[in-house]
Parts: sequence; structure tokens; C-alpha cells
Amino acid sequence: MSRYWVQRLGFALLGLTALAVVVPMLLVIGTIVVEGMGAISWEFITAMPSDGMKEGGIFPALVGTLLLTLGTALVAIPIGVGGTIYLAEYARDTWVSRCIRLAIINLAGIPSIVYGLFGLGMFVLFLKMGTSILAGALTLAIMTLPVIISTAEEALRAVPTEFRTVSASLGGTRWQGIRYIILPQALPGIITGVILGLLRAAGETAPILFTVAAFFLPRLPQSPFDQTMALPYHLYVISTQVPGMPLRIQYGTALVLLALVLSMNLAATVIRSYFRRRRQW
Amino acid sequence: MEKIQVNHLDFYYGSHLALSDISIPIREHQITALIGPSGCGKSTFLRCLNRMNDTIRGTRVTGEVLLDGQDIYNRNTGVFELRKRVGMVFQRPNPFPQSIFSNVAFGPRVLGLGNRNELAHIVEESLRGAVLWDEVKDKLHEDAFSLSLGQQQRLCIARAIAVKPEVILMDEPCSALDPIATQHIEELMRALKADYTIVIVTHNMQQAARVSDFTGFFWMGKLVEFDVTKSMFTRPSQKLTEDYITGRAG
Repeated sequence: MSRYWVQRLGFALLGLTALAVVVPMLLVIGTIVVEGMGAISWEFITAMPSDGMKEGGIFPALVGTLLLTLGTALVAIPIGVGGTIYLAEYARDTWVSRCIRLAIINLAGIPSIVYGLFGLGMFVLFLKMGTSILAGALTLAIMTLPVIISTAEEALRAVPTEFRTVSASLGGTRWQGIRYIILPQALPGIITGVILGLLRAAGETAPILFTVAAFFLPRLPQSPFDQTMALPYHLYVISTQVPGMPLRIQYGTALVLLALVLSMNLAATVIRSYFRRRRQW
Repeated sequence: MEKIQVNHLDFYYGSHLALSDISIPIREHQITALIGPSGCGKSTFLRCLNRMNDTIRGTRVTGEVLLDGQDIYNRNTGVFELRKRVGMVFQRPNPFPQSIFSNVAFGPRVLGLGNRNELAHIVEESLRGAVLWDEVKDKLHEDAFSLSLGQQQRLCIARAIAVKPEVILMDEPCSALDPIATQHIEELMRALKADYTIVIVTHNMQQAARVSDFTGFFWMGKLVEFDVTKSMFTRPSQKLTEDYITGRAG
């Protein structure tokens, strides 16, 4: 075979492997949209579930997931971004900072069900928060931190050192250089990392299983110490725990969850590409 | 009159002695050029004058650097105050990724000089000082990267003089520029001399000869010769200096 044909064949095979990534994604989204579209209605989004969850809507689960994501953001953003600024801009390479980095890498590798058990032991029982939004959000926040920290650190390190030097040469403090030059430049990357982290939190079931999620609670939570339904767990429940559940409702719930997560993903992509086009260094 | 007097300065990177026993007077309202081959320590020396080497770990300085008679390495000298008085222009034009106005206003802003109205005045004055005003006055809020490289370097000079320093350190400010832009910067330096004391590091000997009043020749971490530029380029007292400026060494 001539080397020309070897190349043709090689590229064709490589192209097929690339396509293989797209196919499952299209199938997953396609199936859920086709099967779930019929369930989507104004009532499905805004009504309480009724008749053993076989009728009505998923409003409390949707609100619960939004509240959990918000709670996670409130805890994870300040700690994650603050910690990243310290690690990337201030911390010297000492055993302390190496320990912190090791902790972050390990946090990222912990299975989500272990986070759930930790949340149960730490927040629900030991700190006596009970099964509550607070406990769930704290658990999700810990799980989200490594994602936020690693992407945000990358964003900060991508800003040329030169800008820090120039800021110092003009009499600025280290913090002023970070505040006025480095952070604005790194912000799109940081926002992307935050959204990706929150997106993961919004879709997880295991960490909320023991810490916040209610099986069936047809009302909105009243306080951070209240339980709530949440979309991923609700989906799990109606798919496996309730006999005779109409398939339509299962797919409809999956579609809402998917739409929520994909729209966050889209937002992250738009923000990133918008700022990347404007960046000139 | 000496603006800066350096006495017996040694500089270490870790245990490596990068500069040894440098003593040099920097005269007020004069341009002092530092020449020498790459790696001879001239840039390191320049960065000792505003303590920019402080940010590099494992470096150490002995000896004294007197700015108006006060040792800048003295514990009582604030490093931020020092850098306000001794500004710096870098090798590559490096404006912040912001508007032209914000670039020039950065220094005054972080130092808390001037309110909003005064800021506009400082920006105009600094851009005029850097002979850039006429080219940018109608697009102050455009991105600094829209300027040509030569204009960007003059913007960096405007940014440096916006905090009203007394000394300006220039680290090979023309090495990234074409001959026309270089000429602009050299003219600018001659004009700035009236208000500032300038120290320039250059590996371009013609530039040192054209623009400076005094020249120091560095070789392997030592100051080989320091003299009035004219004398050094016509009658160097050291054989090494003569070899270097005539292109036989380095």
C-alpha cells in the first residue's frame, strides 16, 4: 500500500474515533428529548407532584436543586476563589502549600458517595444540622472545591508574570496588582471553573442522598434547615423506587435536569469564548 | 550632583556572586548608560536600584545604594515608596490589557494620587511628557494593544512618569523596536532628562554613545570602567573596554 493510502486510511480511522465521541452524546440527548418532550408543560414545571408522584409536576424538586446550587455557590465560591488566589499568588513552595495541593488532588478523586457519607456524619449528625439544605449545600460545596480551585489556578497562572512586575514597579502592592490587573484578566477562566463545578454539584445524587434529599415532600422548603426534594434524586426515585411510574414523567424529569445543566454549560462556553476573543496577550 | 550613589554593592543569586563590588555615581538630570555583553549583570544591577530583585527568592544584596543620601536597602525605606520615586520601563512594551487611559492612570490610582478630575489631568500631562498625546488624544479609551509597538513603549513611559518619579530605569527599552521607533524613544529620553534622572541598560553601543552622558561598562559581574560617555568612546582607559566597544570582545 502506498504511503498516501496509509495516510488516507489512518485519518479515516482517526475521524471515526472522533465521531464515536459525538454519537453517544447525540443518542442520550436525542432519546431524552424525544421521549421527554411530551411530558413538558407549564404544569409539569410549576406544579406539586400528586397521586404518588404519578401526576402533577416537579416544582419542589426543581426549586430544591436551584436552592442547593445557590447554597453551594455561596459556600464554594468565596472559599474556592480566595484559596486559589492565595495558592497561586502568595503561597511559597513550602511543605504547607504542598500539603494543601495534595489535599485538593485527593478531594478531586474521592467518589461522590463517600462525600455523601461524610456529609451525613459531619454535618447532619455531628454538627446537628439534620437532613437539611445547609448540610447538603456544604457537602456539595466540598465536592465542588477542587474543580473550582484547579480551573481558577490555571486561569491565574495564564496571566503573564510581567503584569505583576509592572504593577510592582509602579509602587503598587501585590494585592493591588492582583485586584486591578490579574483578577480581571483571569475572571473569565475563574467563572468558567465556577460554573463547571456548580454544574457538577447540580447533577449529583450521591452527596445529597443522606444529607438533604426528601423522597416525597410536596411543598417548598421553608428555611436552610429544611429538607427538600432535588431533581437528580427525584429522578432516581421515580425510576427505581415507585412501581408503575409512567415513562413519560421519568423522561420529562430527565429532560428538565439535562436542560438545566446544559444551559449552565452553554453559559460557561459563551463567557469563555467571548473573553478569549478579546484577550490579546 | 549624585542622585544615586552606589557603594561596594555585591549581589548574590543563592551562593552565586552575580555582581561584585560595584560602585557607581548616578548624576542627577543626566543619562547614564550601562553597557556590556549579555549576562554581564547590567540588568541585574539596574533592578537593584528599585529593589525589583526583592521579588526573586534567594537573592541577597550587600553594600549600599544611596538615593539622595538615604540607603534604599535600609530597613526604614519603604519599598513601595521607593518604587514610586524610581520608576521602570521594560525591554518589551508591556501595557496592561486595558484602555490607554487606564494604563497611564494605574500608578496614580494605586498610589491614591489625585481624584477623578486630577487624574484626567495627570494622564494628559504624562502622555504629553511621553510625546504620545497628539497620537492618542482622540482614542484614550481604546485598547492599549491597538497602538503600534513603538507607541506602546511610549505609553509605558507615560505610565512610568504618571507617578512623578525622580529616576527612570530603562531596561533595553528599544530592543523590540524598529529604527524609527527607537529614534522616537531616544529623542524622548533627551527631553525627559530635564525633569528626570535616567539610567538605561542597552546592548547597543551606538545608542549609548548617542544618548548618554555617562557610561558604565560591565563585564562578568564587575564594573570595568565608568566615565563620561565621550571620553569612554574616544579614549577608553581599559584595554577590555576598548576591545568591547570596537567589537573585538564580547
